[in-house]
Amino acid sequence: MSSAGTLTWFAQHECRLAWRDWLSMMTAGRRRRTRTVAIAIAAFALFMHLVAFGMVGRYANVAADPDKLTLVVITGSALLSWSLMLSQALESVTRGFYARADLDLILSSPVIARRLLSVRIAAMAFSTVAMAMLLAAPFIDALVVRGGLRWLGAYGVVVAMGAAATALAVALTIALFHLIGPKRTRLVAQILAAVIGAVVVIGLQAGAILSYGTLSRMAFLESDTVMALAPAVDSVAWWPARAILGDFAALAAVLAASLVVLAATILFFAPRFAHHAIAAAGISNIGARWHRGLARFRRATPAAALRRKEWTLLRRDPWLLSQTLMQVLYLLPPALLLWRNFGGGGGTLVLLAPVLIMAAGQLAGGLAWLAISGEDAPDLIASAPVSARHVLRAKIEAVTGAIALVFAPFLAALAMAAPFGALVSAIGILAATASATAIQLWFRSQAKRSHFRRRQTSSRVATFAEALSSIGWAATGAVAAAGSWLAVIPGVMTLAILAGTRLISPDARSPRPR
Amino acid sequence: MNKPPPLALDINGLVKRFDRPAVDGLDLRVQAGELYTLLGPNGAGKTTTLRMVTGLLRPDSGAISVFGIDALADPTAAKQIMAWLSDEPMIYDKLTPFEYLEFVAGLWGVDAALAEARARELIEWLGLAPHAHERCEGFSKGMRQKVALAGALVHEPRLIILDEPLTGLDAGAARQVKTVLRERVRAGSTVIMTTHILEVAERMADRIGVIAGGRLIAEGTLEDLRRQTGKSSTSLEDTFLALVARESAAA
Repeated sequence: MSSAGTLTWFAQHECRLAWRDWLSMMTAGRRRRTRTVAIAIAAFALFMHLVAFGMVGRYANVAADPDKLTLVVITGSALLSWSLMLSQALESVTRGFYARADLDLILSSPVIARRLLSVRIAAMAFSTVAMAMLLAAPFIDALVVRGGLRWLGAYGVVVAMGAAATALAVALTIALFHLIGPKRTRLVAQILAAVIGAVVVIGLQAGAILSYGTLSRMAFLESDTVMALAPAVDSVAWWPARAILGDFAALAAVLAASLVVLAATILFFAPRFAHHAIAAAGISNIGARWHRGLARFRRATPAAALRRKEWTLLRRDPWLLSQTLMQVLYLLPPALLLWRNFGGGGGTLVLLAPVLIMAAGQLAGGLAWLAISGEDAPDLIASAPVSARHVLRAKIEAVTGAIALVFAPFLAALAMAAPFGALVSAIGILAATASATAIQLWFRSQAKRSHFRRRQTSSRVATFAEALSSIGWAATGAVAAAGSWLAVIPGVMTLAILAGTRLISPDARSPRPR
Repeated sequence: MNKPPPLALDINGLVKRFDRPAVDGLDLRVQAGELYTLLGPNGAGKTTTLRMVTGLLRPDSGAISVFGIDALADPTAAKQIMAWLSDEPMIYDKLTPFEYLEFVAGLWGVDAALAEARARELIEWLGLAPHAHERCEGFSKGMRQKVALAGALVHEPRLIILDEPLTGLDAGAARQVKTVLRERVRAGSTVIMTTHILEVAERMADRIGVIAGGRLIAEGTLEDLRRQTGKSSTSLEDTFLALVARESAAA
């Protein structure tokens, strides 16, 4: 047992909290589920390894002394993963500043807060690395099995990337504190965390579309333009790629550099972290002021009041807005594709229907959870003289209204270029929205809106069903947009998935009052 | 001969079981225009009872009537004339008090102009005017409680039910809330509240009900309760503890 207040003592404390937090997230707070979760993780790991063997096995024998094209493709892929790590690290750092939890206790205790905050930054790096490792492990393992032990270097690169992402996230957040103050930092950091990964993916896709008229990121990375702009093969910029390929000198350099950067960040920023955490805690007393001195109550039926409330809450929540924005950002590549093919009636338009339908399903799932389950004043709603059926109807209308608002411009543009594709997309969007909303309705549970991040752990059946129904409707839309009657097959399969989901839902087993 | 006015609340044989009986055959009657306080130890069934009255929980058996309306058969009609305020004020962080009251008025279908006039009056009355157009996310517990109370009053309910409305409030805020409740009773509303602050029950209540083990074990004015314990000059705290102890011994 370590002495109280030492670095190792804090590290033990942080590890225990992190482990219980993770376990609670995986088991949705039900400890009896631990074994089930362990089995599910093992099954998932096995499945991912099988997928990985199929996907990357053929790259296992890439030469240890690669050409420029290989270096560009590996670096591009690593950059993409790193942007996602940076998103996660930014989110962890923002939570570290703004979720007060035990900060009051720590900062008011006689221990040296800098030590705990150093450990906390290190813990953020560890969790970023662990998550990336979990996702990368099947692919690295597949490469090791097929291509030899040299690929183990990729694990080291994951550690280096996680450390560098955390260091940058801490530095970026503290810089934002100085530049725009604690209140705006929360908004900006949350939005950055939500969109940064998406921006890199979409940026590559946008480049591919504008240059080659394809959604393939690889086409862009392998293009002559990129090859011409890329540094020479002996450049330091390729060290991470070389480390992945098993160059141990490059690995040692990349790993050492990133760990030094992280250590420097901890040493330099940990004392400031405490100062900024206090500043962030103080912002709760500064409410946003709305100049509505002349504001009037608007005439509203209960349903209209409910719809308006849902839309206002959504509009004013920067974090939720950024989550929504991320879904919409993924629509930009198809929009670019549409713009590029406008008037030409290109066959690539057939790609748009599934993308739009998929995005609508995912967006509707999130919005439906917020409206149906994420109610911050359930007692108020339940004690109002409005039947549960009317409340639900109004909330569903709020969801469908928001979906209509987001997708109408895309459908309108598509209708001008390809009317049949627009019709198929509209029907698909409607089906995907209705399905996602129905699933949220069947699996509804009372929660606070701030628990949105954890909504997927409260019911994994609902999460999988929502994803499967979106994919199913997207597939149906794709086949239908191609003009084939075979669209009936994925359509019927999706309906079967929905029927099965309904059968096992809590709502079917013990119907609730409507 | 004139028919007597209906009771504000008439509960008969109310039962609710969770793992064990939470409310166990409760009978309770509250007259219109009364300020009635429910006392009881933790887990006595006070909140469960009030949640059933307000339609937040379905009883296993029994009957609830609010101003003559069967609250179980026609909950919407009963809710129309009731307001519920829980001990943890649940409001929307991203709405301002003004917007919150507009939303509540919409839910109860109150005419916009009328509701706005009432909302402005309540905001002023509860000292919320400087914050009326600030989002609630930075509000203290006391301010949140006041916003929630304004929401409970904006539709002019005939029966106001409050669960521990003064918990966590500072002296000034507590006095404001007590004054508002007294004003409402004077204006003809009926107030039923639970509290652990016996001084509040002693000073404010027209009648006090004591619940233990899910049943009403004593009821009346403070004098009536003292009489039931056989001690005429004890404080409400002594009287309450004696009643609960006697009930525990009998159980």
